[in-house]
Amino acid sequence: MIEIDALTKIYGETRAVDAVSMTVETSSITAIVGTSGSGKTTLLRMVNRLVEPSSGEVRINGERTADMAPYKLRRRIGYAIQGHGLFPHHSVGRNIGAVPRLLGWSKKDIRARVDELLELFGMEPDAFRDRFPHELSGGQQQRVGVARALASRPDLMLMDEPFGALDPIIRARAQEDLRRIQRQLGSTIMLVTHDMDEAIRLGDRVAVMDGGKLVQYAPPEEIVSRPASDFVAEMVGDNERPIRLLALIPVADAMEEGNAEGPAVAATASLRDALAMGLWSARDALPVERDGEVVGRVTMDAIRARAERPE
Amino acid sequence: MTSWPGLVLRGVILALVVALVTVPEAFRPVFAPVAPTPQQAIYTRTSILSLAMSHLALVAIACAAATIVAVTLAIAVSRPGGAAFRPLSRTIANVGQTFPPVAVLALAVPALGFGSGPTLVALFLYGLLPVFENAMTAFATLPKTTLDAARGMGLTRAQRLWQVELPLALPVILTGVRLSVVISLGTATIGSTVAASTLGEVIIAGLLTNNTAFVLQGGLIVGLFAVLIYDAFVLLEVWLARRTGRATTR
Amino acid sequence: MKRAAGSVSPTGLLFAAIGGAGLALPFVTFRENRIVLGEGVAAWAAVPPGAAAFCIAAILGGLIIGLATDRPWPRFGGSLVGLAGLLALLSASAEALLADALDLARVAPGAGVWMLLLALTLLMADALSALKPGPSARAAILVVLLGALAAVLASGLLADISTMQEYRARAASFRAETIRHLWLAFGSLGAAALIGFPLGILCHRRASLRAATLPTLSLLQTIPSLAMFGIMIPILGWVGATVPGARSLGIAGIGFAPAFVALLLYSLLPVVSNTVAGLDAVPRAAQEAARGMGMTVAQRLRTVELPLALPVMLAGIRIVLVQNIGLAVIAGLIGGGGYGTFVFQGLNQTATDLILLGALPTVLLAIVAGVVMDILVDATRKIPEESA
Repeated sequence: MIEIDALTKIYGETRAVDAVSMTVETSSITAIVGTSGSGKTTLLRMVNRLVEPSSGEVRINGERTADMAPYKLRRRIGYAIQGHGLFPHHSVGRNIGAVPRLLGWSKKDIRARVDELLELFGMEPDAFRDRFPHELSGGQQQRVGVARALASRPDLMLMDEPFGALDPIIRARAQEDLRRIQRQLGSTIMLVTHDMDEAIRLGDRVAVMDGGKLVQYAPPEEIVSRPASDFVAEMVGDNERPIRLLALIPVADAMEEGNAEGPAVAATASLRDALAMGLWSARDALPVERDGEVVGRVTMDAIRARAERPE
Repeated sequence: MTSWPGLVLRGVILALVVALVTVPEAFRPVFAPVAPTPQQAIYTRTSILSLAMSHLALVAIACAAATIVAVTLAIAVSRPGGAAFRPLSRTIANVGQTFPPVAVLALAVPALGFGSGPTLVALFLYGLLPVFENAMTAFATLPKTTLDAARGMGLTRAQRLWQVELPLALPVILTGVRLSVVISLGTATIGSTVAASTLGEVIIAGLLTNNTAFVLQGGLIVGLFAVLIYDAFVLLEVWLARRTGRATTR
Repeated sequence: MKRAAGSVSPTGLLFAAIGGAGLALPFVTFRENRIVLGEGVAAWAAVPPGAAAFCIAAILGGLIIGLATDRPWPRFGGSLVGLAGLLALLSASAEALLADALDLARVAPGAGVWMLLLALTLLMADALSALKPGPSARAAILVVLLGALAAVLASGLLADISTMQEYRARAASFRAETIRHLWLAFGSLGAAALIGFPLGILCHRRASLRAATLPTLSLLQTIPSLAMFGIMIPILGWVGATVPGARSLGIAGIGFAPAFVALLLYSLLPVVSNTVAGLDAVPRAAQEAARGMGMTVAQRLRTVELPLALPVMLAGIRIVLVQNIGLAVIAGLIGGGGYGTFVFQGLNQTATDLILLGALPTVLLAIVAGVVMDILVDATRKIPEESA
């Protein structure tokens, strides 16, 4: 558990981060979203003390970060940044093994961990271990960057716009990968983004920052359905709110007994996917399947009801 | 760059150089403490003014000629017809600049004898390479889109060269000229060892007679010349680069 | 660069023109003794016609290969054939001319030899730059060429050439001055590196130090070398006379010390500014990542910053080394030794051979140093330039 307590950073006259308090649960993703200059990156960088707080404190599993030597603290925290920040003169394997090496792991352990991570990210270890960063595609470089941040099984991983430099399709895949790997490893992640879509898609909780202040900290459904301020509503986007809401709800939640014609939608898909299918094939109801078997149906009326403004 | 203190400092240095050259006698008290006798504080065998003028003239003629020839060659090499010469040109520019200036000067003597002639030739030859190298780089790195636009709007080859390529390449070429001039000012000083009449004569007279005053007097004038000329070129380059939006290399 | 068969290589045309001029000019000069003016002798005049024709055919053959093809290997071969012909003709000419001359007579290469040498080395340089050899191939080529040069000098083929006679007359002092010259150039470089690398690292970290240091060092660089060497004499003379113990360390106003210090001052700017530039060019994201993963300052410097900055730092060393080898000649003027001793003695005595004895090794040393450093810079560049 990461506790952030009245964390503040003052540069001259401006309060870049203004008394932010929040708690990040273990094994969850917290997405910090905001416009540029909102203080989101400064907040993140105060967690591993790349920026020293002016006041307030951070506790990781109850330990005050202020009591640790910064470099030792940082070795416990994974850090992935935009443009990957790989060392161009080190091989992929050496890049991923950088923090374990700092921590004095044995060569054998480092190598095993490198191979394990490469496999986890769908990169054949024998093919990629000895390549250099400039020999990889943008998506691969980014994956190696995240793998490096995860290498020492850190208590916490900080990610600053990790997908910022990727094009939309590769970006969507990278987001899915991250979600999958986070679930698999149970990692705790704090991720900074300026993209509300990304925040909603990845975050178990979303923190919206504006002018150095934390304006709302809630699960994504709540951010979309009950924005705490006009600013949050604007970030979410008025026109896209119903669609965003649907994207967060699995089909299973709106399923009912009964049958329907045509191809089925998966129970694990989102209502947004179901809506798209229904609209495109002009059906009022779709069969729902789970593990290849039809288990019920979802109606367009039910979907519409879930997209309405909550009371 | 052109702040008030900067302008005042430049004015003072310029005035100092002019005074050192035109009324050297006025500095007798300054150099006297390091001279063997007060009578030997100021070099009087030849007029400082005439040495300075011939020093500057040598550098100016050599560098002007070197610039014209080097830029012409760089233009020729950067045209499609000159492509065959490009790898060689780069090698020559690279290896040629490792030739020590003093050695070039020394090698010019057997071929041309003593006097200002060999110095002029050595300065010219040595001045070619920095200008040539910078001009080649400048022509090779012109913004492609601008060149395409110039072609697209129907400028002829000559028009493109005069109206687009040369003006855009000018700041980088000037950097090369600046290197040439600063090196030439120093090499011309050594030219007096082969009997060219330059300010080096004053320094060498000091070295031969163990007279620090002469060494300082000659060194100070040449050094200040170099600083002023270097500075003037930098200002010109910055001004031009700002107009064309290209960054200069220092 | 494909052209229709049968057409002529444009660079080859240039080399052939230079070579042609070389053949027309006096090949060697013959002098009664080392000081008087000589008379020019044509390439075919001194040697028996058969041998002359053979050598000239080899020279022409090399130039014609350069004219006929663009392919680098044949052209490289052509340049070697041509150079062998030139060497043989020079050697034979000198031997023939000296055979029935007085003891003091000398034969020196004339304008013709130098022009032909220029044409053939340009042909070789053109072929080599077209081959674009990698660092290790360049090192191999350099070793082979230097080996060939050493073999030629050791073989005695050029023993009758005036500069070699001059060398034999002062072999011992040549060796001493060579060592002196190397000490001046490399010693001042080493001292500059010891001071300049840490200073550059500090300048990279502190903008205020950089703002004060770099302009000062640039200013030092603009001081003409002769003045710099001259000014060092009284300063070091004063230090030697007043600081206790300085004189016993060899610090004095005349000789090695002022030359060494002058070279050191000239060396600082390239070392410091290239260290700063190299460190500046380390990708920001990599530095940030290194800090973020918990590397200490020393670890970041050792594993990330210095390895990535190394090629640029070595490029600074290249500038310094080439510059110092050249400037060390001026030490000869203030009694600091080195090849400059021969150059300035030669100028004083108007003895061309002596000037060449100092100038040619200096040029060779500078070129070899430049090539070796270029190889090192390329070999340490672990990442391609475009991705850096």
